[in-house]
Amino acid sequence: MDWGQILSTAAGELLSPVTAAYALAAIGIGVHFGYAGLLNFGQAGFMAIGAYAFVVPTLLWDFPIWAAFLSTILVSVLFALLLGIPTLRLRADYLAIVTIASAEIVRFVVSTSGLTAITGGATGLSGYNGGFIDLNPFAPGRYGFGPWEFSANQLWVRVFGWGLVIIASVLVFLLMRSPWGRVVKGIREDEDAVRSLGKNVYAYKMQALILGGVFGAFAGVIYVLPRSLQPTNYGTTLTFFIWTMLLLGGAATIFGPIVGAMIFAALLTLSDGIVRGLIRADIVTFISGTQAGQIRFMIIGAVLMLLVIFRPQGIFGNKKELSFNV
Amino acid sequence: MLGTVIAAIVLALAVGIAPASAEATPTPSPSPSGDFTSTFTIGGLIRDGDSPLEGVEVRVEGQGFDEIGVTGADGRWVVPVPEQGEYTATLLPDTLPEGVAPRDPENITRDVNLSTTNTVNVLFPTGEGTVSTSNFGSTLITRIIFGLNFGLLLALAAIGISLIYGTTKLNNFAHGEMVTFGAVIFLIFGTTLGVPLIPAIAITLVLSAFTGYAQDAWLHRPLRKRGVGLVQAMIVTIGLSIFVRYVYLFAIGGNIETLDTGLTQNVTIGPATITLASLVSMGVSIVMLGLVGLFLTRTRVGKATRAVSDNSSLAAASGINVDRIIRIVWILAATLTGLSGILYGIFRQVNWNMGFQILLLLFAAVTLGGLGSAFGALVGSLVIGIVTEVSTIWIPNDLRYAVALLILILVLLVRPQGVLGRKERVG
Repeated sequence: MDWGQILSTAAGELLSPVTAAYALAAIGIGVHFGYAGLLNFGQAGFMAIGAYAFVVPTLLWDFPIWAAFLSTILVSVLFALLLGIPTLRLRADYLAIVTIASAEIVRFVVSTSGLTAITGGATGLSGYNGGFIDLNPFAPGRYGFGPWEFSANQLWVRVFGWGLVIIASVLVFLLMRSPWGRVVKGIREDEDAVRSLGKNVYAYKMQALILGGVFGAFAGVIYVLPRSLQPTNYGTTLTFFIWTMLLLGGAATIFGPIVGAMIFAALLTLSDGIVRGLIRADIVTFISGTQAGQIRFMIIGAVLMLLVIFRPQGIFGNKKELSFNV
Repeated sequence: MLGTVIAAIVLALAVGIAPASAEATPTPSPSPSGDFTSTFTIGGLIRDGDSPLEGVEVRVEGQGFDEIGVTGADGRWVVPVPEQGEYTATLLPDTLPEGVAPRDPENITRDVNLSTTNTVNVLFPTGEGTVSTSNFGSTLITRIIFGLNFGLLLALAAIGISLIYGTTKLNNFAHGEMVTFGAVIFLIFGTTLGVPLIPAIAITLVLSAFTGYAQDAWLHRPLRKRGVGLVQAMIVTIGLSIFVRYVYLFAIGGNIETLDTGLTQNVTIGPATITLASLVSMGVSIVMLGLVGLFLTRTRVGKATRAVSDNSSLAAASGINVDRIIRIVWILAATLTGLSGILYGIFRQVNWNMGFQILLLLFAAVTLGGLGSAFGALVGSLVIGIVTEVSTIWIPNDLRYAVALLILILVLLVRPQGVLGRKERVG
């Protein structure tokens, strides 16, 4: 078994743009669930909305990159309003079902064959990242060392992705120390108490939903920048994976979503590498290469269950702060 | 050239693909469908005679991957896949234009082995078909009958969700996997091992009932005893769902399997033609739903179940053993859901994530009828079943589940307690 290769792939995954996208999406649900107590199970929908709102205008109407980002923000805010207006007055588990259903509706609509001219149908879209690459400030060449050696374009997409993650984290940190954050956290603890203080609970919940949703939409953009846009990626499973990352790190924490996403990505690559290594070394002979790829997802399911039962506050969380009952 | 329609002609696509070393290493893909650039592709050309067919869909599955390729104006479809290995390509006959059908309607799934090359082409012979162009009325009746069948089998599973929600207030996200369980066990015993129909069904139901017992005894009862919150317990069911789903994929692979019941004769009801198996399936559903209704309204345990749903503290105070009722509800729900899985496997086909695909329809049905109301779940399921099938007359096939989910959201807007639910203070 080539441990060096396995470890270096896993280490490379720590900084990959996919991990940055996961971390940003997890920060988004962290705002929803960790701070405001909203059960958003439609983060994959926000990511899909963000990605399509970025890609479709770029390809269809040659939007410059700043306009494409603006469209991402606008469309995701609209989507959050659309989701929030009917559901934020309802019980928490209704919000869970409506968000998960809306995310699936988004996925069905973007992959339907009738809209192939706009969304590319089930095949998705590609060839939209020229504008992004043109902005690359790094000179061509190799950067970094060891598992983190990148070409100029690879470095640019990582710097951009992780830059957004850091900006979002600082924003959340400042917001949650502000009076706004205290009200939002109060809503999580006891909605009626906050309402009795004269606060408009509905408006605060809506603002939290929009903020986390916009983070999710940007995560969708980071996710598709280095590759092609595939609608099948935005299934419910993606949302569940992001929840796992958030709960792994700790929901109501600043570093929780980032570390959770890194651990998740590294664990995924590492377990896959080890299982495949064992097969190649003929130590494990009863499973095929195809089956090996599925073991890591079983591990994720088991980790999610054990985590929620035995350490609901995650790695960084404070158990007192997260009573978990909505 | 109507008689001698040459079906699909497959052309070899690009051969000159980069050396397999660096390019061919698939990037580790965290999502099951993978994020990858297309190094490996499966594709083909679908033509009716000399005219290419546009908008025909082919579903490619395998390696935990599932994607639909659509033919363009030139009749070509291409699906990029994440890695080498075994895949299946299935022609979706509903997407063929009117008057064109697969040459061999029973054989529209191809096994594709992507091992030595980067590109594989798949052949689907199509031709002048037996898909009858019928008038609107008979299409509508056919769709309604299909919808009724689908709705009835959804109802069996939805009542399970509803009973569990009613007695424990838990949204069980692993319920879809209980549907798949029924279908997979029935596939293994009935089709693979060749056990006769009735014993195979009996074995499936007993094992399903056991999964209900196991989920309550080994997972949810201990969680309740620990005082684990409902949201936390709901996320536990999500973890269980992911775990079990990949165990299925591990065990049976990514292929679509067909259940062999031996009941393939066609029955004509008015303008609609359905198989005997569908007819039997509808009969079984109706009988079972009737029995559940009688159980809930006429027996002591059934009345106790409704009492626990109504107010579990009050029920406990009046001497009802709430934990025992919850155990019975889990076993009953798992059995009904397993049966629903068998019927759904007969109605469509069996694959590893079939239950997960209809989980949201089940939630939609339950919410539509009113969370926690068993009879509401029945009404909701019938509405969802019929709407999804009938809507395909006007909208593309691949959007029919979206319609059901849209109805769910609209109902929550207008009447959040559901059609038959009682009004309670929300929000």
